[in-house]
Amino acid sequence: MHSVSVKDLKLNFGSVEVLQDLNIDINDGEFLVLLGSSGCGKSTLLNCIAGLLDITDGQIYIKGRNVTWEEPSQRGIGMVFQSYALYPQMSVEGNLSFGLKNAKLPAAEIATRVARAAEILQIEPLLKRKPAALSGGQRQRVAIGRALVRDVDVFLFDEPLSNLDAKLRADLRVELKQLHRQLENTMIYVTHDQVEAMTLADRIAIMRAGKIQQLDSPNEIYNRPVNKYVADFIGSPSMNFMNGKIGAKGLTIGDVTLPVDGYKAAGKLAKGNVIVGIRPEHVATGNDVRDAAYKTKVVADLLEPMGADTLVWAQFAGHELRLRMDGQNKIEEGQEIEIGLNAESMHFFDHKTEERL
Amino acid sequence: MNSGRDAVADISADMARGPRPKKAFSLPNFVIYSTLTLLAMYYLAPLYVMIVTSLKTMPEVRLGNVFSLPREITIEPWIKAWATACTGLNCDGLSRGFWNSVQILVPSVVLSIAVASVNGYALAFWRFKGANILFTILLFGAFIPYQVMLYPIVMILRDIGLYGDVWGLVIVHSIFGMPILTLLFRNYFSSLPLELIKAARVDGAGFWGILIRVLLPMSAPIVVVAIILQVTGIWNDFLFGVVYTRPDSYPMTVQLNNIVNSTFGEKEYNVNMAATIITGLVPLVVYFVSGKLFVRGIAAGAVKG
Repeated sequence: MHSVSVKDLKLNFGSVEVLQDLNIDINDGEFLVLLGSSGCGKSTLLNCIAGLLDITDGQIYIKGRNVTWEEPSQRGIGMVFQSYALYPQMSVEGNLSFGLKNAKLPAAEIATRVARAAEILQIEPLLKRKPAALSGGQRQRVAIGRALVRDVDVFLFDEPLSNLDAKLRADLRVELKQLHRQLENTMIYVTHDQVEAMTLADRIAIMRAGKIQQLDSPNEIYNRPVNKYVADFIGSPSMNFMNGKIGAKGLTIGDVTLPVDGYKAAGKLAKGNVIVGIRPEHVATGNDVRDAAYKTKVVADLLEPMGADTLVWAQFAGHELRLRMDGQNKIEEGQEIEIGLNAESMHFFDHKTEERL
Repeated sequence: MNSGRDAVADISADMARGPRPKKAFSLPNFVIYSTLTLLAMYYLAPLYVMIVTSLKTMPEVRLGNVFSLPREITIEPWIKAWATACTGLNCDGLSRGFWNSVQILVPSVVLSIAVASVNGYALAFWRFKGANILFTILLFGAFIPYQVMLYPIVMILRDIGLYGDVWGLVIVHSIFGMPILTLLFRNYFSSLPLELIKAARVDGAGFWGILIRVLLPMSAPIVVVAIILQVTGIWNDFLFGVVYTRPDSYPMTVQLNNIVNSTFGEKEYNVNMAATIITGLVPLVVYFVSGKLFVRGIAAGAVKG
């Protein structure tokens, strides 16, 4: 049984189609990340699942129950918002118990659940404080607690870490992952941050203009993106794209021809124009060049040292090529470096449809 | 080569450290303070005249030195204004009008704020069909001159049997406060994050639960502004009071007018001054007590349109 199923979901704002015939099944205990740039409909989809938006057409099932017409509070979900959305006039305890009081639970039960959530999230010392007296990280923990006490099967997160500073975001990310492991709930998590998506998700749904482009494991999305958009979106620094042509001798980019042996094409790799994608980290440098199928030299035009590694901007076959080198390499701008390219770590896309070949 | 002036500049540049020294006296400051003082005196002069006159005896008032301090202070005019001054009908001073005004004021303020907060909340968060049109009509109501509506309202109140009743006036005040109060509450609620409402809905709070348990507890600044607007507006109202009530339930402003305009023999300026100050005391106290909150609330309500 699926934990959450969205069937033929359609949502229009006036004449604008925000979501069109969207289908997605989320497994029990799965951590699903909805990833996309702003305006792609990922938050809208989450709000539809939560019942905070009235949908135009389609159905939503949670735990096998059709909840399409049900109020958010009846759907068996807990939700965490980007701005925390804590009730400012209530103490942390009041915030945690508000939903339970609305559900008219007995006081003893409320106390037990609040105590349990506070223990899991380590916010026991804060229970009597007002949200204004908490730091950003503590506030978000309380917001998670508010979902936790509801004792529900599905957690919805709407960019919960976006308001936090970088270090705190990294810390809370790990805590969320541990929390998921501990609770084994279904979690649906909206973000525009690909690092969060890659690190947290069991599966990622990459969305664009109200449609799901690819729904796969992080590994699959990174290694076999279904189209150029997904390939470009995932990976930092992003993938290099070049125009090429597949012929009898292999792949021709500009005046360079490389072998395409080792590329795992979906079908038979047809001859013709293609878009070639190479991730900066898949351009071989240093000792790895020896084993590469194709070797050449490029000039480092610009360096972006980041400590652990250095991003090199160069020109290759008439195209800009970014490549990533070990940060300990001593190179200077204008220096010539040897690189190697392998077809197996390349991505070929149809030059018209931009679909993976 | 350094000229002499440059050398001085260099030295002062080297010495500069810590907070910049403030000059004790400068021409701009002098101009600003003297202008402000003059303006303050200009605006406070009438109040000064009223207070000193109200503390004088009639023989002293007759001397005509309006700015002079009273030679012997008497509170007799204040007592008379409050308790025994005569209008054409009765001789129990402003006290009757004061209690009438309180009876009109309290229900009007409570009713108008209660209704306007619900209006503003519904308009801000529950986008029902025609919400914008309704809001436009409501705002338009704020610009229609009162005089146009005086007589139709008389007829409506007569038909529902509330003409001349204090409650009729309460309803009129509540309705006329509605446009501005609704706008105030709508704008304040619009400035709150929408996610707060979403969170409350996930927590199972309904239309009223969200308003009463989540929004109103955080609306103190705007409620204070609404109270100030309504208290001062309703207390100072003369037109509605004189049109929609009967003489025995006239509000204080009407009573004041009647006291000042009914003369038996000489005009008692000291009593009239005292009566006017007493009448104006309520709004004055409200402003003094709530000045800071008022500014804060207006600012909070004005951010978003």
